[in-house]
Amino acid sequence: AQPLYDVVVSGGGMVGSAMAAALGHDIHFHDKKIALLEAGPRKEYDHMPDSYSNRVSSISPGSATLLSSFGAWDHVCSLRLKPFRRMQVWDACSEAMIIFEKDDLDDMGYIVENDVIMSALTKQLDAVADRVEVFYRSRAVGYTWPLPSHSCDTSPWVQIQLADGRRLQTKLLIGADGHNSVVRKEAEIKNIEHQYDQSAVVATLHLSEATDNNVAWQRFLPTGPIALLPLSDTASSLVWSTSHEHASELLAMDEESFVDSINSAFWSNINHSDFIDTAGAMFRSAISLLKPSGTAVRQLPPSVAKVDPESRAMFPLGMGHATEYVQHRVALIGDAAHRVHPLAGQGVNLGFGDIACLAHHLSAAAFNGSDLGSLKHLLKFETERQRHNVSLIAATDLLKRLYSTRLAPLVLLRTWGLQATNALPPVKVRI
Amino acid sequence: MLKPKFGGKGPPRLSALNCQNCSPEPQSRALGCSARQGSGKGILVFLGHSLALSAKGDTAASETGSSKPAWMVPKRKHSGSCLEPSHAESPGVLLIPQRSTAGCWESLACRASPLLERRSCVVCALPCKSDGHADLSFQTGLRGILQDYNWKIQLKSSSTLPVSLTEMKSSMLTAKRPLSTSHSSVDSEEIKKFQLLAHKWWDEEGEYSALHSMNDIRVPFIRDTLLSISCNYHLGNPLSGVKILDVGCGGGLLSEPLARLGASVTGIDPLEDNIRTADRHKSFDPVLAKRIQYKSSSLEEIVEESMETFDVIVASEVVEHVADLETFIKCCSQVLKPEGSLFITTINKTQLSYALGIVVAEKIMGIVPEGTHEWEKFVPPEELEHLLESNGFSVKTVNGMLYNPLWGSWSWMESTSLNYAVHAVKSGAQGQSGPTDAPSEMDIQQRSATAGTAGTASDITV
Repeated sequence: AQPLYDVVVSGGGMVGSAMAAALGHDIHFHDKKIALLEAGPRKEYDHMPDSYSNRVSSISPGSATLLSSFGAWDHVCSLRLKPFRRMQVWDACSEAMIIFEKDDLDDMGYIVENDVIMSALTKQLDAVADRVEVFYRSRAVGYTWPLPSHSCDTSPWVQIQLADGRRLQTKLLIGADGHNSVVRKEAEIKNIEHQYDQSAVVATLHLSEATDNNVAWQRFLPTGPIALLPLSDTASSLVWSTSHEHASELLAMDEESFVDSINSAFWSNINHSDFIDTAGAMFRSAISLLKPSGTAVRQLPPSVAKVDPESRAMFPLGMGHATEYVQHRVALIGDAAHRVHPLAGQGVNLGFGDIACLAHHLSAAAFNGSDLGSLKHLLKFETERQRHNVSLIAATDLLKRLYSTRLAPLVLLRTWGLQATNALPPVKVRI
Repeated sequence: MLKPKFGGKGPPRLSALNCQNCSPEPQSRALGCSARQGSGKGILVFLGHSLALSAKGDTAASETGSSKPAWMVPKRKHSGSCLEPSHAESPGVLLIPQRSTAGCWESLACRASPLLERRSCVVCALPCKSDGHADLSFQTGLRGILQDYNWKIQLKSSSTLPVSLTEMKSSMLTAKRPLSTSHSSVDSEEIKKFQLLAHKWWDEEGEYSALHSMNDIRVPFIRDTLLSISCNYHLGNPLSGVKILDVGCGGGLLSEPLARLGASVTGIDPLEDNIRTADRHKSFDPVLAKRIQYKSSSLEEIVEESMETFDVIVASEVVEHVADLETFIKCCSQVLKPEGSLFITTINKTQLSYALGIVVAEKIMGIVPEGTHEWEKFVPPEELEHLLESNGFSVKTVNGMLYNPLWGSWSWMESTSLNYAVHAVKSGAQGQSGPTDAPSEMDIQQRSATAGTAGTASDITV
C-alpha cells in the first residue's frame, strides 16, 4: 500500500517549510510522519554571498516569535538581518505623512532576505529529518479527495499523485503552494481574485552615505507606492509598485537613470498642488492646536547612489482571498489562502500567522488523540484566521485604491485622514 | 403541555395493531366497542376522519358509564402533524386522516409516547386494497417508523371485527420485557436498539454527533488523570504502554483517540455489527490497526481469560444500558489490575435528566436517537459510588458534564444532575486504597483546558 503520512505540506517555500518545521518540532507530533513536497531542487545555503538578494521580506515581531519557537530565528540572526525602528509613510500629492514607531524605540520589525529565511528553515528541517521527510523535485499532479462521510469501503485518506508516478496518502493535506495554488484549485475552493494593473520592481541599492539606516520609508506616488527598506548601514532594498509599462521602462533604463528616478520619486514635489498644500497646512495647524504633539516634521529618506547590477527584477501584483481555508482533510495557508499588495509589507507575516494558528490547533488535536484531518479543529483555525486576515486584506486593498489617484477630493480625504491618523495614538497603535 | 408520568413506571411502551376491514361502518362501530371495552387501557387510532367521527359517535352512544376513552382530534383534517390531546394524561383515541404519510405516524408516535402508560395499546385501522390484503409497503414503512419510537408492533390482519382487546392484552403479557434472571449485564432490548444504528457511528454530524464531541472532554479527562498518576511518560506518546479495556466500545469512537495517544486498547461490544464497523474503520490506519483489538463479546465472557490484565477500564455511556450493574462492576474489578483505574461516564437519574436528557434530547431536539435511553436505568452518582466502594474500588473523582446543543460541545460543570464522569481506582493487592494525592476537580479542569500546548509540559506533576 502507499505510504500513509499524518500531514503532507504541499509547497516548500517560506510558508510551507516553516509549517513543516513547526510541526516537526512540536512535541505532540513526536511519533507522527510529516512530508513536505517541493517542486524545486534542494538549495544549499552554506554561505551567504556578500551581495544582498533582491527579494526581501519585512518580518514582524510576531513572525519572529514563531520562527524562534522552533529554533529558526537564531539561524537568521547569525546570518544577517536588519531591524528597523521607525516607518515613515507619506503622500506624494501633499505634505501629509504618518510615522510609526514603538514607544520604547524597540524594533518594529526586521528586514530579512528570503534566502536567509529559507536557509534557516532548511537547517531546522534537517534537524527533525526523522519526522519530516522532504521530497525535492516532487510536484503533485493529482489529488483524490475522500468522501466526507463514513462510507467504509473507500480509503478515508487524501491520495496524492506525484509527477514521477509515486503516490502518497495523508490524513491532512496542507496547501502552501502559492497564489496559484493547485491544492486550492483541485479542492474546488472558490478564490476571489483581482489582478492589479501593477508590477513590483525590486532592486538592491547602495546609499550615498552611510547612515544609521533603521527607518523604513514608503511614499505613495499616484502610480503606486515606492518603498526603501534598510538592509545595512549602506544598503537598502527597493520595492516599487508601479504600472506594467513603467516597470518595464525602469528595468530597461541604464543604472544612472534608474537611480535618478528613485531619488526624484522620493524627493520631488511635482505632484503637489497649491490647493492641497494649503488645505493640508490648515488641517495641520488645527491639529496642532488640539494635539500639540500630533504633528511632526517630515524627514527625507537617504539618497541613493547606485544600484547593484543584475539585481533589478519585476513581478506582477494581485489580490486574492480564498472563500474557504479548510475542507475535510485540507487546509490552506500563506499565499494559497490570501494574496496581498506589498504596500503594507504583510504578505509573509500573514502566512506565518496562519502557521502559528494552525500549528496550535493541530498540536492540541494531536494531544487529544483526534483525527488530524477532522473539520472540527480545522474550522477553528479558519474562523480565527479569516477574522484577522480579511480586515487586513480589505484595508490594504482600500489603501492601494485610495492612493492610486490624483483627484483632488480623494487626495484631500486621504491627506486629512493620514494627518488625523498620525495624530491619534489609538488608531496608530492598532495599525 | 407534555407531562411525563412518573411513579416508577417511566416512559411508556405502546403496541400497535393492524386491523383490516373493507367496510367502513361495521369497522367503526366495532372499533368503537373495542375502545369502550379497553377503556382506561386502550387507545384507538383510525385512519379516515369520517370513519373516526362515526366511531366516536358510536362509542359515545354505547357508553355505559365506564371510563370513557379520551379522544384526540387533529387540528387540520388532512395533516397528521397537528395532534391535539384532549386529555393529556389518560390514554385515548387518535384520529388520523386518510391521506396520512409516514411523517404523520412519526409525529403520532412522538407525541403520543409520553402521554401513554406503559403497555397501553393502540389499535390502528389501516386501509386495505380491493383484494382484501393489506398494503404491504405501507405496513413495512409504518413498522419501521414505529420501531424507531420503541413501539412494539403486532400486525394482525383480521377480516372480522371486533378484535377483542382481551386478545390484545394477553399477547401483550407474553411480549413484555424479560426480567434479568440471568446474571448477565447485557440487556437484549438494548442490543436491538443499537442494532439499527450500527453503521452510523462514524458520521460526525449524524446520530452520534454528541458522542463524537464528548471526546473533547472525556479523552483529556482520561489522559490527564493517567498522566498525573504515572511516573514517566512522554508528551509525544502520553499513554504508551497502558492497556485499556473499552467496554461497550460501539463503533470505536473512544478507542481510536486513546490508541492514537499510545495505549493498547481492547474494545468489546456485545453487538457484532458494531464490532464490524469498528474493525473496518480502524483498518485503514496501520498504527490503529496494530494498537486496537476489537471483540464481540460481553464483559462476563472475557473475564476468565483476562483476569487482572488491564491497567484501565473505560465504560463511557454504558452503565445506563446495562442490565445488572453490580455484576458489571464485579467483572470490571476482576479484569482490572490492582491499583488500576476505572472511568465511567453516564447520566444521573433526576427530574432534570428526564426533562433534558429524554424529552428535550430525544424527542424535541433529536440530539440522541429516540428511545436510546430509558430513564429507569439511569444511575445516580450516589448509587454508583456505593456500588463501586462496596466492590473494592475507591472513588477518586466525580465531575458533572454539560452538553450545549447550540455549539454541539461538552463542558465540565459543578453539578452532577445531568451527565457526570467518575474515576475510581481498584484497591491494591493488600486492600489498601489507591494513591491519596488524587487530582482535584479543579486540577483536572485546568489541565484539560491548558493541556495541548507544549509549554504546559512542566505543569503536569506526579
